Amino acid sequence: MAPVTPSGGPGLQWAVHEVSICAAAVRAAEAKARELGGRRIAVLRLRIGALAGVVPEAMEFAYPVVCRGTLAEGSRLEVEHVPVRCLCASCEAEFEPKAAVYACPTCGRPSAKIVSGRELELAQIELE
Amino acid sequence: MEERKIVDIAQAVLAENDRMAATLRADFDRLGVFCLNVMSSPGAGKTALLERTLSDLAGEVPIGVVVGDLATDNDAARLRGKGARVVQVTTDGYCHLEANMVRAALDALGLDGLRLLIVENVGNLVCPATHDLGEHARVVLFSVTEGEDKPLKYPTLFKTADLVLVTKIDLAEAVEFRRDEALEAVRGVAPQADVLEVSAKTGLGLERWYEWLRRRLQPER
Ligand SMILES: [Zn+2]
Repeated sequence: MAPVTPSGGPGLQWAVHEVSICAAAVRAAEAKARELGGRRIAVLRLRIGALAGVVPEAMEFAYPVVCRGTLAEGSRLEVEHVPVRCLCASCEAEFEPKAAVYACPTCGRPSAKIVSGRELELAQIELE
Repeated sequence: MEERKIVDIAQAVLAENDRMAATLRADFDRLGVFCLNVMSSPGAGKTALLERTLSDLAGEVPIGVVVGDLATDNDAARLRGKGARVVQVTTDGYCHLEANMVRAALDALGLDGLRLLIVENVGNLVCPATHDLGEHARVVLFSVTEGEDKPLKYPTLFKTADLVLVTKIDLAEAVEFRRDEALEAVRGVAPQADVLEVSAKTGLGLERWYEWLRRRLQPER
C-alpha cells in the first residue's frame, strides 16, 4: 500500500494500490454485467487472502470512489477474508500460521508450501 | 423492489494482468530470455547493485533492463552506458509495475538478442507482490541499514522471493548489523528462497550472485 494524502482534506488517507485493484475488479464486474444485460451492479463480492498483498480496509475506502460513473455506482462491497493455510512437508499436515514465520505447530519447521491465502478473486455480483 | 440476479464469477481480479504476464513469459521462453523481477524498498541499493552487475556482466551476457520509476529518470540514467539496453517506465504515481507497462517498455527496448532481462520494480516492499510481470524469478533486496527484522515486517513480498539479496554488507559493522538474526528472519519467513549477502561497493559476494544468474540462463543461441 502506498498511502498518499490527496487534496481532499487533512487526514484523508487512501491507497493508490487498492484503488488500482478495485478498478480492475469493477472493470471485470462491469464486463460481466453487460454480457448478461444487467442495468446495475448492486453488490460486488471479493475473496481476499491474507497474503494477497492488499489491505481490505483500504479496498473498502477506495471502492465507492472507483465505482463513480460505472454500473456499480452506489453498490455495496462485501469482502470474504481468506486466511493463510500451509502444509508442513515433514508432518504432511495443514495448519493456519499465527505469525510471519509459518512454523509448523507440531515440528516447528517453517513451511514454504502455501495452500491458500493468496486469493484475490471476484467471487460474485448481484445484478439488477 | 427490483428483481436481483446473483451471478457467480470466481475469477482472479487481476486476470487481465495475469493473461498479459503469461504472454510475456511465453515470449521470453521462445526467445531464450531469462527474466528477473527485482524488488526492494527505496534506498536498499537496488540501482547500485544493478549498475555494478551490468558493468561486470554486460560484456559476457546481452542484458536488457526495464526500470520502473514513480516519476524521475534518475535510476535509468545511472544504468545507461554500461553495455546493456535500458528503458524506463514511468508509473505516474502507481506503486508497482503491471504486465502491460512491461509490454509497452519491451516494445521500445526489443527482446532480440537478449539473454537476460532485468525488471527493476518501483521501490516498494508491499505493492509489487500482487502483479505477475511474466518473470521467471523474483529477487527481493534488503540492506543491512534497514534492520534485521525487515522480512518479518514485510512477509508477503519476501514469501514470493526466489532469491533474497542482503545488500550493503560492507556497512554491516558500522551499523552493528546482527547477521545471524537477519538470516534467521529471512530463512524463517522465506524458506523457499536462496539467500546471498553482497556489497556492490566492495564486490563482496557478487561472484556468487553472478553464478546464481548464470545457472539460470538459457544456452546461447
Ligand atoms: Zn511439521
